[in-house]
Amino acid sequence: MMVLAIAGRELRSLFLSPLAWVLLAVIQIILGYMFTTQVDFFLQLQPRLAVTADAPGVTEIVVGPFFGNAALVLLLIVPLLTMRLISDELRNRTLSLLFSAPVSMTEIVLGKYLGTLGFIAVMMVLIALMPLSLLSGGALDFGLLFSGLFGLFLMLAAFAAIGLFMSALTAQPVVAAIATFGALLMLWIVDWNGDSKVFAALSIVRHYEPLLRGIVSTRDIAYYLIVIFAFLALSVRRLDSYRLQH
Amino acid sequence: MTTDRQFSSLVQVEHLERSYGSLCAVADISFEVHRGEVLGFLGPNGAGKSTTMQVISGNLAPSAGRVFVNGVDILDEPRAAKAELGFLPEQPPLYHDLTVDEYLSYCARIHRIAREHRAGAIARTKERCGLGAVGRRLIGNLSKGYQQRVGLAQAIVHAPAVVILDEPTVGLDPIQIREIRGLIRELGGEHSVILSTHILPEVQAVCDRVLIMHRGRLVFDDTLAEMQQRAQMSWLVVGLRNPPPIAVLSGLDGVTQIEDLGGGRVRLRHAPEGGEFAERLALRAATEGWKLYELSRERRSLEEIFVDITTSDTSTDTSPREEAA
Repeated sequence: MMVLAIAGRELRSLFLSPLAWVLLAVIQIILGYMFTTQVDFFLQLQPRLAVTADAPGVTEIVVGPFFGNAALVLLLIVPLLTMRLISDELRNRTLSLLFSAPVSMTEIVLGKYLGTLGFIAVMMVLIALMPLSLLSGGALDFGLLFSGLFGLFLMLAAFAAIGLFMSALTAQPVVAAIATFGALLMLWIVDWNGDSKVFAALSIVRHYEPLLRGIVSTRDIAYYLIVIFAFLALSVRRLDSYRLQH
Repeated sequence: MTTDRQFSSLVQVEHLERSYGSLCAVADISFEVHRGEVLGFLGPNGAGKSTTMQVISGNLAPSAGRVFVNGVDILDEPRAAKAELGFLPEQPPLYHDLTVDEYLSYCARIHRIAREHRAGAIARTKERCGLGAVGRRLIGNLSKGYQQRVGLAQAIVHAPAVVILDEPTVGLDPIQIREIRGLIRELGGEHSVILSTHILPEVQAVCDRVLIMHRGRLVFDDTLAEMQQRAQMSWLVVGLRNPPPIAVLSGLDGVTQIEDLGGGRVRLRHAPEGGEFAERLALRAATEGWKLYELSRERRSLEEIFVDITTSDTSTDTSPREEAA
């Protein structure tokens, strides 16, 4: 109830500012372009696929790489979405409204997180419409499509949790955005240094790729859930520390 | 235990302490606020008023001590305690991108007002705070005075038992100040109000009781009437045609301070003990032939009392303006 009230205001504020609309527009243009190039690529490939036995379908060739690219674009976008969540309230000193209300720190964090997830859901719908448009020309492998969408959603949810925590660290939204971007990029490239198993396990991409190939394993889901819970818990602690000391 | 507290007072602060690092902002403060009382919190800047109010409102955790709101410990059961609290910080916590109606409805929701009572509560609050005409306007476009009223509306929309206002009239024009004061007076009827300020006439205008803080300590806690009485009781201006040496006057029983005004007039401060001191002085003057021609109680302004209390342990050569500004 309280969580929903806070989430509702968060979502409302997002859409009241031009930021949300501009982000949605930019994402749609860039991803739309990426999507059409991918479809083009498939069309060029089609004559050869027709003669190959057991050839990959349109979902595999278009949707998989498309979602892969989408995640990279959104890695740049999500920090801008989450940067204001708490740092704006710190800067405008509006946090005392929530602190003096009968609302717990956990409810505040969950509310803000849920609000962001709401926006991400809107974004996901717009992104999902692109592969779904292929239905006008043929059939899709829905299992593969949904596992890809599910993976993208988990990825973005993890991005948002990290962004929320960074936003709780500073009263400067830009600082929060840069820190979030740095953290996300680091998680993205962490396995570049070789064959280390630890780094591979930490890599956010390595847990994404199986989902794009249609492999839904608890291992990967657990990875994202752990990241989300960890950063939400850290955010709660961080908020509480504003009460304990200034 | 809790029922006991409920009857006696709405807010109880016990041995409250709060420090920021090595800086001690509030040191061992205890006081109570009774039902229906408007409590004025006075003190120069940096005295610890805001810190105390933030602790009572649950925005800051105390370093030591306890705070009870309506009998509920704010640290043990923050949710129950905060439900009975309305807080207007120094800077009103307003979302500038929302309209007044949207904002108040959000405040009503997070204060757990049931959906069916929400519209009524908001309408009532808007009417009380004079916000009826601006409900659909963006908070960011309102003038400072209206923003302050929205801040006040936010603090009372859920009809809390205790309303805490941190310098609610700062930056307002005189007419707005009058209106806000009227509103605070009105609130005092059904809620308990804690009001911090460094504007002394404000305290005289709206408060029943005065607390004065200085350097993190409580240096005065009494009713306003008591404070004024105490002030006028203890100073006498005495005019003598044939004055004895000052030393004789300052040696009188009960004199704590003496000031030579020239021409045989002196200002005496004596321990507050009722009227007997003046009687004794008149008698003495008659027997010793000092030719008493003036003997009057000096009424001191609240400002002088305030300066007196807050500077008593420091050097007194800074002007009251600088000290209180």
